Amino acid sequence: MQNLNARAGDAIIWLLLLTAPFWLPLTGGYVELGTEILVYALAAMALNFLLGYTGVLSFGHAAYFGLGAYGTAVIMKYVYESTPLAMAFGVVLGTVAAAVIGPLIVRLRGVYFAMCTIAFGQVFYFIAFQWRDFTGGDDGLSAWHREPLHFGFVTLDILNNGKALYFFTLAVFAVAIGIMAFLLRSPFGRTLLAIRENERRARFLGIPVDRHIWMSWVISCAFASLAGVMYALLNDFVDPRALRWDQSGNFVIMAVLGGMRSFWGPLIGAAIFIVLRDYISSHTENWMSFVGLIFVLVVLFFPRGLLGMIRRRLAP
Amino acid sequence: MMAQLIFFNVFNGLIIGAFYALMALGLSLIMNLSGVINFAHGGFMAIGAYIAFMLLPYIGFWGGLIVAPLLTALLGLLVERGLIRQLYGRDPLYSLLLTFGLAFIIEDGTRFIWGAQGLQYQIPSWLQTPLSSSLFFLTGYRVFMVGMAAAIVVALFVILNYTRLGLRIRAGTLDLETVSVLGVNVRILRNLNFGLGIYMAGLAGVLAAGMLGLQPTIGDSLIMPSFISIIIGGLGSLPGTLLGGLLIGVASGVTTVFLPQASEAIMYVMMAAVLLVRPRGLFGEEGRF
Repeated sequence: MQNLNARAGDAIIWLLLLTAPFWLPLTGGYVELGTEILVYALAAMALNFLLGYTGVLSFGHAAYFGLGAYGTAVIMKYVYESTPLAMAFGVVLGTVAAAVIGPLIVRLRGVYFAMCTIAFGQVFYFIAFQWRDFTGGDDGLSAWHREPLHFGFVTLDILNNGKALYFFTLAVFAVAIGIMAFLLRSPFGRTLLAIRENERRARFLGIPVDRHIWMSWVISCAFASLAGVMYALLNDFVDPRALRWDQSGNFVIMAVLGGMRSFWGPLIGAAIFIVLRDYISSHTENWMSFVGLIFVLVVLFFPRGLLGMIRRRLAP
Repeated sequence: MMAQLIFFNVFNGLIIGAFYALMALGLSLIMNLSGVINFAHGGFMAIGAYIAFMLLPYIGFWGGLIVAPLLTALLGLLVERGLIRQLYGRDPLYSLLLTFGLAFIIEDGTRFIWGAQGLQYQIPSWLQTPLSSSLFFLTGYRVFMVGMAAAIVVALFVILNYTRLGLRIRAGTLDLETVSVLGVNVRILRNLNFGLGIYMAGLAGVLAAGMLGLQPTIGDSLIMPSFISIIIGGLGSLPGTLLGGLLIGVASGVTTVFLPQASEAIMYVMMAAVLLVRPRGLFGEEGRF
């Protein structure tokens, strides 16, 4: 019965995502908003791989998100105007950075881990901010744009057609979360759950805990940088705010808001957060206060997130 | 000339380091006893500065120096009581998110009330004059700031080591449950400890206002170096935090002489190096955090 419910839930979510460009304008939204939600949802789900399924609190994911975005922009602007090449480079850049920083922090836990991820995340913010000649400093990298995709005989014009970009983003999103879902169901994923539930017991069972956390960290950051790549493509622009610490906080609040113990939670959290922020920032200059208020209210009243609450209601 | 340049930058680094240390010690106090990373620390610093600015016409610089940090601490006590207290014992994730939201609200609130543009903060004129003509950069205010920071740090360590409150804070840092069982009201202890941490942020705010003027984002540039100070010194060790703050301050001062672009990066390099050799920081102990 529960399995059936989960299947039905999956089907509804995919159906909604596949038809979003057609019903979003009817509800007062626009297609780019849907694309943005997908991008942030991917980032939040990538973070949740580490946060919800390995039990490790990272507050520095914006750095890898931003590295993916900058990697894409740099290739497009300076090297060669090819969307696939830029995407590949963005992901590699973010993943390699995470792999190098990983060994320094995987031995730490809890607050300490969170603090070190924040601090290391800021390194890239400063590089992006201060290396003006290359990264454009505070102004960011503009004056480049995504290129249409060519698949042999078909061309997908993601440059001029918003719906094409949406469906391309959705395809990337689907592949990415498909891989994450597959990993979580594999013995590797079960091991991560074991570490989350009781690290000491996992250690006594002979599981190399630090190595697993490192792998989970790198996988999570790799998908976060993929989200960053899509972010850069969506905006045709990237600036240091993409990798500042408040961005990391946004990812975490999305995961928590939707429910970090459920696979779809971060997607729902991202949708709510982006729509709210879009609405608030078009109505008041003081949107920052309201975003802060969202953080406070979520922590005080919805710590389990939306899906967590629903699940609790439904439980006998 | 070179020697003077280096001396200038080392001294400058010392001033910055003193600020890092003031901020980091407050953060560290709160983190050690309550396990809360206070992201809003920079926000409280800004509040301290703006309170002093508002009171300046009535009680002057010296009055502000005394009153503003106390009012900031009072606000801290209320925030702890109303919001943060509910999150003790839960996943540190939640307190982090809460203070994160608070940081947003405070920054936006100060901008709403006092405006986004920088404001001047008037300090007594005799503090502005250089001490001597050959050491032109040594204005009285800079020396005063370092002295003041040193005095506060000494006072903090005196409180921690020689008063009953300090004893309880130190004991609570090691084993809060036992302290509670021994009859200490842990709720009040954590409340006061939080206020003490915020007091230091408020004081740093007032001192910084005199040097840099006021801006809603005045605390932003200090929060990351404060984290780094704590990481380098080792989580759980206040002397470590102090040393970490001074170390990165002076290091970035010295780096300014030789490679100005890297003055910010050097802190992160030092943090990476320390974590590589000592994963728990210079004075951190295994097993805690």
